Amino acid sequence: MSEITPDLVRHLGVLARIQLSDDEVTRLTGQLDVIVDNIAKVSQVATPDVVATSHPIPLSNVYRPDEVGETLTREQALQNAPDAADGRFRVSAILGEEQ
Amino acid sequence: MATDKLMDFDKALELFEPVLGFEVHVELNTKTKMFSAAPNSFGREPNTDLAPVDLGLPGSLPVVNEQAVRYSISLGLALGCSIAPSSRFARKNYFYPDLGKNYQISQYDEPIAFDGQVEVELEGGELVKIPIERAHMEEDAGKLTHVGGSTGRIQGAEYSLVDYNRAGVPLVEIVTRPIFGAEHRSPALAAAYVRTIRDIVLGLGISDARMERGNLRCDANVSLRPRGQERLGTRTETKNVNSMRSVERAVRYEIQRQAAILADGGAITQETRHWHEDTGTTSPGRPKSDADDYRYFPEPDLLPVEPSRELIEQLRAALPEPPAERRRRLKAEWGYTDLEFQDVVNGGVLAEVEATIAAGTSPAAARKWWTGEIARLANLQEREATDLVGPAEVAALQQLVDAGTLTDKLARQVLEGMVAGEGTPQQIVDARGLAVVSDDGALIAAIDEALAAQPDVLEKIREGKVQAAGAVIGAVMKAMKGQADAARVRELILERAAS
Amino acid sequence: MTDIIRLSAADLAAKLAAGEVSSVEATRAHLDRIAAVDGEVHAFLHVNDRAVAVAEDIDRRRAAGEALGELAGVPLAIKDVLVTTDMPSTSGSKILEGYMSPFDATVVARSRAAGLVPLGKTNMDEFAMGSSTEHSAYGPTHNPWDLDRIPGGSGGGSAAAVAAFEAPLALGSDTGGSIRQPAHVTGTVGVKPTYGGVSRFGAIALASSLDQVGPVTRTVLDSGLLHDVIGGHDHRDSTSLTDAWPSFAAAAREGASGDVLKGLKVGVIRELPDSGFQPGVAASFRAALDLMQAHGAEIVEISAPHFEYGVAAYYLILPAEASSNLAKFDSVRFGMRVETSGGTVEDVMAATRDAGFGDEVKRRIILGTYALSAGYYDAYYGSAQKVRTLIQQDFASAFSQVDVIATPSAPTTAFRIGERIDDPLQMYLNDVTTIPANLAGVPGISIPSGLAADDGLPVGIQFLAPAREDARLYRVGAALEAALVDSWGGPLLDRAPALGPVAEPVEAQGPGGAR
Repeated sequence: MSEITPDLVRHLGVLARIQLSDDEVTRLTGQLDVIVDNIAKVSQVATPDVVATSHPIPLSNVYRPDEVGETLTREQALQNAPDAADGRFRVSAILGEEQ
Repeated sequence: MATDKLMDFDKALELFEPVLGFEVHVELNTKTKMFSAAPNSFGREPNTDLAPVDLGLPGSLPVVNEQAVRYSISLGLALGCSIAPSSRFARKNYFYPDLGKNYQISQYDEPIAFDGQVEVELEGGELVKIPIERAHMEEDAGKLTHVGGSTGRIQGAEYSLVDYNRAGVPLVEIVTRPIFGAEHRSPALAAAYVRTIRDIVLGLGISDARMERGNLRCDANVSLRPRGQERLGTRTETKNVNSMRSVERAVRYEIQRQAAILADGGAITQETRHWHEDTGTTSPGRPKSDADDYRYFPEPDLLPVEPSRELIEQLRAALPEPPAERRRRLKAEWGYTDLEFQDVVNGGVLAEVEATIAAGTSPAAARKWWTGEIARLANLQEREATDLVGPAEVAALQQLVDAGTLTDKLARQVLEGMVAGEGTPQQIVDARGLAVVSDDGALIAAIDEALAAQPDVLEKIREGKVQAAGAVIGAVMKAMKGQADAARVRELILERAAS
Repeated sequence: MTDIIRLSAADLAAKLAAGEVSSVEATRAHLDRIAAVDGEVHAFLHVNDRAVAVAEDIDRRRAAGEALGELAGVPLAIKDVLVTTDMPSTSGSKILEGYMSPFDATVVARSRAAGLVPLGKTNMDEFAMGSSTEHSAYGPTHNPWDLDRIPGGSGGGSAAAVAAFEAPLALGSDTGGSIRQPAHVTGTVGVKPTYGGVSRFGAIALASSLDQVGPVTRTVLDSGLLHDVIGGHDHRDSTSLTDAWPSFAAAAREGASGDVLKGLKVGVIRELPDSGFQPGVAASFRAALDLMQAHGAEIVEISAPHFEYGVAAYYLILPAEASSNLAKFDSVRFGMRVETSGGTVEDVMAATRDAGFGDEVKRRIILGTYALSAGYYDAYYGSAQKVRTLIQQDFASAFSQVDVIATPSAPTTAFRIGERIDDPLQMYLNDVTTIPANLAGVPGISIPSGLAADDGLPVGIQFLAPAREDARLYRVGAALEAALVDSWGGPLLDRAPALGPVAEPVEAQGPGGAR
């Protein structure tokens, strides 16, 4: 059932923003193929009548009041910044459009 | 970049039927952000309103703002929606430098509100029902500044700077179902729809709704289908539409552009387009690609939102009256004629007029300002009237007129100063020395000077030709640079003539 | 001074309170121990150069008559997955090398407030992905019982630190067994609380719906004492429970002194037969059950038919959530940045993540991205979340018949470093007994059950209880621990080989501090 191909792995690398070498693509394709074959069996027992659980302990309506709380100073915000200018984080030119 | 070929609008409507859709993002004016207790503010120094989760710092976690949920429910109810007994947040995963975490917490297949309807009033009074598919909660992204290019836009920029102050600000996204039958009114309907949403959120008090500040954003979807065809055409989504005027223009443009392509036998590319205010055109953004696989899954750090029936009914009871009803009531209260009221509505300043009246101004004066001088200045500067001044300031200005400190003419000068950001009306009066001179002594001195230059005026007045005073009044007003109450000047002249 | 480091935290705390030893002495003794043996063990990534200063402060406050918590002055090791303001937090990854968090994790803040002395940050599999600590970007940790062997993972550093007497207490995190499995292979105690029982705020997220922070210690009482400090509701973590918890230290004391095992129904899972375990592990497990029976417990066979899908479900849910949680490491706001000449920010992100993440992390991110992608969600992630429901049902059914479930904590004893690193799937199977608890959110504890007859290496027995019944684990764990230590004539760790230039271990003392 597993359809892990090098092209798919490369595509996933793009989605995940990880630059993969050809070597890595080859290795990952092989490893993931084996893994996915193994984990695909979950769909056997996951019949339509079974409800999905996304939270192990059921809770709901967890909120906080609309009051200002602890915030970071600008120094703290920027303290680990690889590059900053004018109090802002600096990045190289962006390729893609905003969403 | 090649210019788009455009078909004449009426011709386009002859051949094709426009189908519209709108996605409006409303920025809520809660005190704090959607998922963190950092302040929700505007115009602050970059990166000063941040909690760890707004920056996606390792180990940080989101916590839902209760007020934002209430506001969202109220908005859903005001849109005629059903409120989901249980809804969840979901992660929308994509990489972009303005995201703190490289995912946006939003809602996917479980929005808090769905299946509603909004009544939109067009110029002339026609009411159109707009179907609302859903309204859901999500968070805003940070702000990018592109440096080094020529236009300040992404293309050609050397680098970009990121300010995350806005990251995490609460948003409600309102999505309509496809809108049919707007025909020639499509552009006007677009603007009217946005105006209606604006009125609703202002009436609820949940957003400042200033489009120029990005409190209210509209993406317009347009598709055309040949007359008689069942199948819907391919649609484009136009973003960066920053005013109601722009919404109208953008919709019109897309209809004309798409019609030209289809008539030539071409096909519409399904894409996101960018509206350019300066050229009045749209241009293609990035084509839809694999980057649009958002891999939504339920947000594991947050729990379901399950408002009780009691809460929903409580919020429903607190809803202000629907815009159409409100308009009927206000028109009657204010005593405007139908035309006068339409002027206000068409000018998009209904809320402002109401607020100005609430601040103490007479209905007549409020209307006069908003549909008169402020509208004129707005047109001149190509901005929204509502972005120029606020109701409280206008009320303060009118107060000065009512008190006799300013004449109408002087008040208009002060208004220009207010729009230019020089300060409050009183500050401008003081700074520019514009107050009407109320000291009779100064007036009498000016009158004396004017009479000295026109000695025969007093004679003429005593003979009964009262209108002769006019020339002196004119001279005095000129000498006083308009800072005199003409009526008082006339009084003093007549007193002098009588003495 | 050798004595100090071999004390349990409870015993050390008692001596501190009695004024027999100062926190400075205790802290220095542990720092000396670290200096002596950590070159071989490599449990620590960072040692706190302010530890003595903190200890001095505690001593000063105690001398001034201030009322201090029970554990005040006791040193604490902290898994590097927990952020600290005064020491770097790397989560075992190069991408976070040198990262200084502007805030403390809640559990760290609570530990500081309780007067615990942070000794340093411990090694771990990168981003907590692994069962051997071999995937740490900073080199593996070595099992104090045999330095050629793994200490377990992902929290091998904390377990090794405690097993090597470098710290009496440690904090760990458990997503699929990362506290319990290292406890098993190092002869120590580890607890995964009920999901939501301990705050995740400040724990660098791996899989948000599975992660929990918990204690890593040498005795059950010590775990209870530490759990009491760190547990409880935190408004910064929406998933944290608002329950009022009983004292787990009290539960441990109750277990050690009372008759807890009498009439206790202990479930053994039919679908995890002995044949699936290393013979020495299975034998040790059976011996522990026999001992429990001898004390009046009833061993009941139960069925958990969906546990066999647990590993598969886990290796879908975890990578999916992790792929999203790790997206934040993109070179923009913090962490490593790999510059590319003339590259766009997208290029920089991709190059940074390629250089900064290790192979296992990349593997799981790609797998997770796949599991969530359009067209695959229902078959993979969606299905896995359904298996979760089925496993919860298995537990519910089991707990209607028994008080606790018992399993060996892992299929084998500590394997050699490098032995399984090239077979990810094989590595994943280490977690077969620990994973169900994370999927269901129920609490689990691993305590030493003995040494495997076939290789002389430590074996752990795991107990699982219904959600919110963590105290039950402490009672049962302490009871069995007392019986086992009694049967051994002293704690298991006394038999660990000597490390470094330190004198032989102290003669087996009487039954450990739990009495």
